[in-house]
Amino acid sequence: MGLLSKKDAALITDPLADNNPITIQVLGICSALAITAELKASIVMSLSVLFVLGVGNVVISLMRNIIPSKIRIIVQLIVVATLVIIVDQVLKAFAYDLSKTLSVFIGLIITNCIIMGRFEAFALGNGPWRSFLDGIGNALGYAVILIIVGFFRELLGSGTLLGFKVLGDPIEKTGLYALGYENNGFMLLSPMALIVVGIIIWVQRTRNKALVED
Amino acid sequence: MEHIELFFKSIFIDNMVFATFLGMCSYLAVSKKVSTAVGLGAAVIFVLAVTVPVNWLLDQYLLQPGALKWLGAEYADYDLSFLSFIMFIATIATMVQLVEIIVEKFAPALYNSLGIFLPLIAVNCAILGGSLFMQSREIPTLGLSLTYGVGSGIGWFLAILAIAAIREKIRYSSVPPALRGLGITFIITGLMAIGFMSFGGMLTGGDDEGKKEETTAVQVEKKEVEEKKVETTEEKAEELANNTKEITE
Repeated sequence: MGLLSKKDAALITDPLADNNPITIQVLGICSALAITAELKASIVMSLSVLFVLGVGNVVISLMRNIIPSKIRIIVQLIVVATLVIIVDQVLKAFAYDLSKTLSVFIGLIITNCIIMGRFEAFALGNGPWRSFLDGIGNALGYAVILIIVGFFRELLGSGTLLGFKVLGDPIEKTGLYALGYENNGFMLLSPMALIVVGIIIWVQRTRNKALVED
Repeated sequence: MEHIELFFKSIFIDNMVFATFLGMCSYLAVSKKVSTAVGLGAAVIFVLAVTVPVNWLLDQYLLQPGALKWLGAEYADYDLSFLSFIMFIATIATMVQLVEIIVEKFAPALYNSLGIFLPLIAVNCAILGGSLFMQSREIPTLGLSLTYGVGSGIGWFLAILAIAAIREKIRYSSVPPALRGLGITFIITGLMAIGFMSFGGMLTGGDDEGKKEETTAVQVEKKEVEEKKVETTEEKAEELANNTKEITE
């Protein structure tokens, strides 16, 4: 980390835990919940957000002195929408099946509160390099939660990870299934995403009492 | 008939919050008090009812593959659908601004109650989500798209109203400290979503009416009797099991 000063490094590490965009700042929940039934979709979604937030933060930060504050929302929306179109077209070209699974949720990155929230809160008041680090940091914080939720939902729901049958074959009764283990299909349904995130928040706040709300 | 079907489907079965998690950010942030929740909910219904039909027209006459036929035969094979995100979000931002100006001019009282929420709505996922789902579900007519917009808006309104009521009540219960605030809201929303899943069989035939009333009753009970949450969930799980059984039958 010789490249980064301590203050800059904090921009990346803070959002990973104590200032996590999802569990503490409450930003970007929508997409985090809807697509986490599979680990692979979670990872792709995280990468898309990483790209959009990193590049978008730099662009907005470069333009911060020439955007009239009255129309800044619409300028921000146009920047995000352009970046999201790029992501969407790339996914359609190289990972068509996955882009079908993610369906409208790639488009919904545009209105993902993380993006607008970071633009408003950080990129409008800081230089490009720091904004870039902030974007990357927050996107990684988002990715951590998505991957944890995706991991548990896929593992407990369908007994696979990234499509590999890590717990054995449910039909031929190998591995854990030989002992009478059953997949919990309920984990694949959308309400469980909310409950898993709730539990993550619970664990996090139990470990760090300073985060407890009154 | 298809209007009624789509209307109830978009309120209950494909509820914006509980089935697709759209608009969660404002749902969590603005649900601390019932009165503000009502304001935001009303604004969402309003804006969805305007933007979904407008975006339907855009989609139909500008964006779909072959939509430019009306300009002449040489435009017939143009496909502008990659532009839909930017067109939709621009329409939404403009419509929100327009609605704000119109409401301010003609209904100052309404403006004062909705005022602060209207600009927020441009970046609410529920609004863009409404338009994107309208596109991906290929809603056939303008009238149906209006029904879909209004229905989804009402669904979102119901959801935020319910959670705001629960959060007002839950202040009097002893929630574990680490779960207070955000944590418990997530878990309650999860339980409510499980409840809403039971609407899944509503339009697939059978005793529609009875089932609808029954589940609404459970929902109301849940709202009022927070302490009995665990019992209600069990009830819901049972209901869910019955429901899936019925569907498979």
